[in-house]
Amino acid sequence: MVSIDVQNASVDFPIFDAKNRSLKKSVLGRAGGHITDAKVPVVEALRDVSLSLRQGDRVGLVGHNGAGKSTLLRLLAGIYEPTRGRAKIEGRVAPVFDLAVGMDPEISGLENILIRGLFLGMTRKQMESRVDEIADFTELGDYLTMPLRTYSTGMRVRLALGVVTSIDPEILILDEGIGAVDAAFLEKARDRLRDLVSRSGMLVFASHSDEFLVELCDTAIWMDTGEIKEQGSLREVVSAYKGRDLFDSLSPETMRRLDLDPGASSPVTSNGSTTAPAATDADAAAKTEDETVGLP
Amino acid sequence: MAVPALARRGADEPSGPDDAAAAADLRAPSPRSWRRAFGDIKAAIDQRELWGHLGWQDVKQRYRRSTIGPLWITISMAVTAAALGGLYSQLFDQPIGTFMPYVTVGFMIWYFISACVLEGTETFIANEGLIRFLPAPLMIYVFRTVWRQVLFFAHNLVVYVIVLAIFFPELTRPYQMVHNGVMHPGLGWSALFAIPAFVLIVINGLWVTLLFGIIATRFRDIPPVVSSFMQLFFTMTPIIWTTDLLKGGRAGSPRSIVDFVAKLNPFYHFIEIFRAPLVGQVQSWTHWAVCGVITVVGWALALIALRNYRSRVAYWV
Repeated sequence: MVSIDVQNASVDFPIFDAKNRSLKKSVLGRAGGHITDAKVPVVEALRDVSLSLRQGDRVGLVGHNGAGKSTLLRLLAGIYEPTRGRAKIEGRVAPVFDLAVGMDPEISGLENILIRGLFLGMTRKQMESRVDEIADFTELGDYLTMPLRTYSTGMRVRLALGVVTSIDPEILILDEGIGAVDAAFLEKARDRLRDLVSRSGMLVFASHSDEFLVELCDTAIWMDTGEIKEQGSLREVVSAYKGRDLFDSLSPETMRRLDLDPGASSPVTSNGSTTAPAATDADAAAKTEDETVGLP
Repeated sequence: MAVPALARRGADEPSGPDDAAAAADLRAPSPRSWRRAFGDIKAAIDQRELWGHLGWQDVKQRYRRSTIGPLWITISMAVTAAALGGLYSQLFDQPIGTFMPYVTVGFMIWYFISACVLEGTETFIANEGLIRFLPAPLMIYVFRTVWRQVLFFAHNLVVYVIVLAIFFPELTRPYQMVHNGVMHPGLGWSALFAIPAFVLIVINGLWVTLLFGIIATRFRDIPPVVSSFMQLFFTMTPIIWTTDLLKGGRAGSPRSIVDFVAKLNPFYHFIEIFRAPLVGQVQSWTHWAVCGVITVVGWALALIALRNYRSRVAYWV
């Protein structure tokens, strides 16, 4: 069973400057008997966060820079364990964070694919059988034998997405960096991500792009200064965060593709139970011409 | 069903903070638990393909654009052994046939041990990018570091084989390192003791890497401190000299005091359990006993550090 449960979790970063990080202060400070302000300054990146995610959830993460989105993603990925509170993650996690880091620039794309796969819990055999598929999907071709330092940002994103989507992770965690790829590839990646989420698991996705959020997520969490400010349906939360209706900013083309009705009830009006405006699991899978989404 | 999943579940959740905390207690073990610590070790062992690959990658990486690649490891070892063995055999007036193998084996195992200590302190710092961006057991990086040293060691072993081939006749008959000193039996089947000795040294390399790695990640002064101490230990440890020179002093004489101090050096015992069998020297069981005690105490400390600070390393790097 794929699940994430976080209860009253806080993430505090101790900031050791050159002085604090040395033994000198710990040793000499104690010997002197006079401790002025020996406490290490702490950055509270997350404060008292509680959430619970289940299979099939597709959560968008919005918030200003520094609001704690990436830290929350790392908490959900199991990289940071909460300093207070609890977090329990069940399922195979595949995170895609800052794409420059976590890959070795000196070795080839193929080697990086293998290493990334091994990190995500695959065996060498399993990865070798997937290499062709990944090469195909990323369209990098012969470039895969070149060292990673010769890749552009977009190419790295392709590689990272190719790996995580090929290994069928149960929990997919994406940071906003994936916007660096071109439109054609984006479309391809999007289909694959949707497919992946509907098939196996859970997606948590931090993004500033309305289009992306609408395409991939159905619920959202608004982070503000390390706390969850609001969580609920995508349209409600993002509209509240942006101060305008989420659907206003979408191109007619996107709306058409996703079967959304711009004229549908605004999130705050009607009777609660039927207001979910964004694509839910059902319509994501079906993608029919059903005009009644979001309407009573 | 158009109700957002999050909102729907929110209503079913126990709302009282006490309930929530109690429920969490039952399900998620505290970050500081033995279960999590041993779980980390087990998970890392399961992912041996990963650190095995990373370790190889490190070796290849170091010689990436050179033509003969990792053969350089072997060559530089051979040059060091030949130069120092040759020089010191003359300075100490030693027969080169027995002194050269002695220095070679001593150097080989010293390189391994000191690399475990020095690179052990850097093990998490050097893997900062991976630790902060990919969820993985901490022990992966420990295994990676030690495995890399084992691979280097394997390259150096070639030098021993060559030296052995050259000096086989001198080494297989009884010999003395010091005139009128200890009589060594010469190389025999007891050489096989080197295998468990190396295994024991690797086991110690793991705890050293883990413990020093955690401490050094928190206190960044540790790596330079350790590296200057290792220089001191290199001179203090009988690698280019032999403790046979210190034998036979009267109680209380400066020579016997130096002999006593040399025995306090933990590196001496580890070098001895590996070197003595390979060059056919007299083996004392006290070395094994000392190494055994260090292994147990060291692992105990390292496990405590792993239990208490495993989850903190990601915050410290």
